[in-house]
Amino acid sequence: MGKYIVRRLLQMIPVVLGATFIIFAMVFALPGDPTSGKCGERPCSAEYVAKFREEHNLNDPLLIQYGKYLGKFAQGDLGTNYYGIPVKEDLAKRYTITGRLAIMAIAFETFIGILAGVLAGVRKGRFVDNLVTVSTLFVISIPVFVIGVFLQYLFGIKWGIFPATVPSLEASTFSLILPAFVLGSLSVAYVARLTRTNLVENLRADYVRTAVAKGLTKRRAVGVHTLRNSLIPVVTFIGADFGALLGGAIVTERIFNIQGVGGYIWKGINSRDGIAVVSTVTVLVIVYLLVNLLVDLLYGVLDPRISHE
Amino acid sequence: MRGTTRTVAVAGISAAALLLAGCGGGGGSDDAKKTDTAGKTGGSISVRGCNPENPLIAGNTSETCGGNVLDVITAKLIKYNDETAAPEMDIAESIETTDNQNFTVKLKKDYKFQDGTVVKAKNFVDAWNYTAYGPNAQLGSYFFEPIEGYADLQSEDPDGPDGPQKAPDPKAKEMSGLKVVDDNTFTIKTAAKVSNLPVRLGYTAFSPQPDAFFSDPKGFGDKPIAAGPYKLDTWTKNAEIKLSKFADYSGDKKANVDNITFKIYQDSGAAYADVLANQLDVTDEIPASAQIDAKYKTDLPDRNLQKPVGVIQTITTAPKSVDPNYPPEVRKAISMAIDREGIIKAIFNGTRQPATGWVSPVVDGYKPDVCGEFCKFDPAKAKAQLEKAGGFKGGKMTLSYNADASHKEWTEATCNSIKNALGVDCVATGVVDFSTFRKQIHDHKMKGMFRTGWQMDYPSIENFLTPIYGKGASSNDGEYNNPAFDAKLAEAAAATDAAESNKLYQEAEALLAQDMASIPLWYGTTTMGWSDKVTNVKVTPFGVPDYGSITLK
Repeated sequence: MGKYIVRRLLQMIPVVLGATFIIFAMVFALPGDPTSGKCGERPCSAEYVAKFREEHNLNDPLLIQYGKYLGKFAQGDLGTNYYGIPVKEDLAKRYTITGRLAIMAIAFETFIGILAGVLAGVRKGRFVDNLVTVSTLFVISIPVFVIGVFLQYLFGIKWGIFPATVPSLEASTFSLILPAFVLGSLSVAYVARLTRTNLVENLRADYVRTAVAKGLTKRRAVGVHTLRNSLIPVVTFIGADFGALLGGAIVTERIFNIQGVGGYIWKGINSRDGIAVVSTVTVLVIVYLLVNLLVDLLYGVLDPRISHE
Repeated sequence: MRGTTRTVAVAGISAAALLLAGCGGGGGSDDAKKTDTAGKTGGSISVRGCNPENPLIAGNTSETCGGNVLDVITAKLIKYNDETAAPEMDIAESIETTDNQNFTVKLKKDYKFQDGTVVKAKNFVDAWNYTAYGPNAQLGSYFFEPIEGYADLQSEDPDGPDGPQKAPDPKAKEMSGLKVVDDNTFTIKTAAKVSNLPVRLGYTAFSPQPDAFFSDPKGFGDKPIAAGPYKLDTWTKNAEIKLSKFADYSGDKKANVDNITFKIYQDSGAAYADVLANQLDVTDEIPASAQIDAKYKTDLPDRNLQKPVGVIQTITTAPKSVDPNYPPEVRKAISMAIDREGIIKAIFNGTRQPATGWVSPVVDGYKPDVCGEFCKFDPAKAKAQLEKAGGFKGGKMTLSYNADASHKEWTEATCNSIKNALGVDCVATGVVDFSTFRKQIHDHKMKGMFRTGWQMDYPSIENFLTPIYGKGASSNDGEYNNPAFDAKLAEAAAATDAAESNKLYQEAEALLAQDMASIPLWYGTTTMGWSDKVTNVKVTPFGVPDYGSITLK
């Protein structure tokens, strides 16, 4: 087990290096100029552009820029963005918000999704099953911004139960409930459907029939013997979803004015803020790899047949 | 009133009127307070803000996110009347001239910066020289172009911006046209006659800077010190900018509430939702979704306003040397083929005003309907005009725009309108971003038609003519060149009477109509909404909320 984790961690190094280089080269190749838009409706003066490029090492060739960047990165310095703010500082602040949001969204989708999936699975073909199938289909087919704006209007503006937007400083957990629910709502549908299908599949397996024939209660046969290994695809999905959520949810962030990671990347790309984009994406790659490792380890817990020795 | 120092409303832009004010014998009085409905002073409000692109230095900000904040915290020689945009004395006691070229500026005594130091003549002269000095790379540099000696502060990079060589140091560090006479007096000499120089002095780039600025210009941008009615307390990047009332403010601009917080939003939709939920007091941007069928008017009854601002959108055609297919007579045909009202209704939900000339209606000297029939949609006449001009010889027309902002919809609609009326194919062509777009125009690589917009720097008819259509002017993208037009501009700049000067500028504008120098499309408007906690929300001619006059209910 320990050996497996170390091997996986070592594998991450070339992946991170490769990813940063590709992103760096891509940002470098983007057409357009970081100073456009810095001066309002007018193009910036030549002096301003020259000074700006000088300050941000934009005149160096790609490889030298990358080398300089990597040197700093190895020392834990993520550089400063084009607004003069250290990226590390910005990211730390934004990750505390995005992280909480992602965990809350995952909690929502796991709890509601698995519950609905189990209910539908054990009562296959009955009313509950049809209800879950139809309602999840309904949720899947609505774009997230429609759900977001609608719930914001209903709960935030009309009834005033939750704040309409998230305060940019000190985003309280309470104010994140609504956006987390919106974020989780789409995945709830997938989680419920995945759970249901796998459960139905496994309930037909021989060992379940044996367990029931042995005299186990239905509750125990489903809850302990079937659900656990039916959850493997669900965990895979949730893991991938968690990674994606940590990469930010641009649409939801914009609707609720959340100062999260997604908006940061979006803004960085728009203003051709190379350092901000590369640093954020690199951190994202690492986060994604770690989440994936965690999911792989969870397989072993859920199904002892899968071993990492 | 004689001999007292107080603000006198200056009716026009005339140097003579300003002279009168200088003598302290003005007839106007400050009765703007009458227009306020009941509302108490004090309290705190929050308003929508966006992220300033640059440090908050008056001479180095030319976009609105930073500009809106700087506008509230700075005081200039002149301020503009909130209703009429007419210039009024602020830090200046008087600005005198007899020839529109040599100006003597006298300052009010004991006008204070927020660090307690007094605004002296050298604070202006040093700040202006700093901003104008090329190597300092300040964005507001171009405002100082009319002042004598400006060129000596610039230097040209010998091998262009991409070359390895650096630009040599400029010849001088100070403009020869600026001289400090004593602590409260300085003189300005312009390179040519400029009748509206005093009007220009109200722009943020002309703010004085305290001594603290010059010792640390970089750090200053995070916590600027100015002389305006509000001072900046904290600026939390990407989150909020907090201002509070400056207790020792020396001027008489209104500052009703005690604290103003600019909350930074990424999206105008979120700000709008917060106004609806009463969590934000003022938003100066209404999202497109709320503009459909003027939905914001039902969402925020009696809590919204729409007002034209000093912005005009035009179509310019490439200079003759680059693309010979768009002579003046063809431009007239194109202009008549554009259904301005239909496009405004369909694309902008009525948030623009069809242009009838080249000058925004918000400025002093505006004359309606200068363009006449050529700016009225008439497909039959347009077609006849095109035949008269000998038809279009270039095959198909192109209308280029920068694709990094929302110009695609209206350029396509405009092209369709032209296509339907004239029967000539017209294609809207996107260019990747603003700087690439501008570079193509500047390097004469752009053919056909392209979009041009102008946002005024200061509220004067002159600002819509000289910088855009004067020979060799910085924004003369179509290389319009008409000696009669330039002569009129020079004559107007030399006129010492405001009415006379405006009349001459209007005559110059009429020449643009003859040559259809560019195709005017529409004037910009601004739409705002506010919560039910505040009242007295007004908008300045620059399209910015007048933050100081807002009160809590």
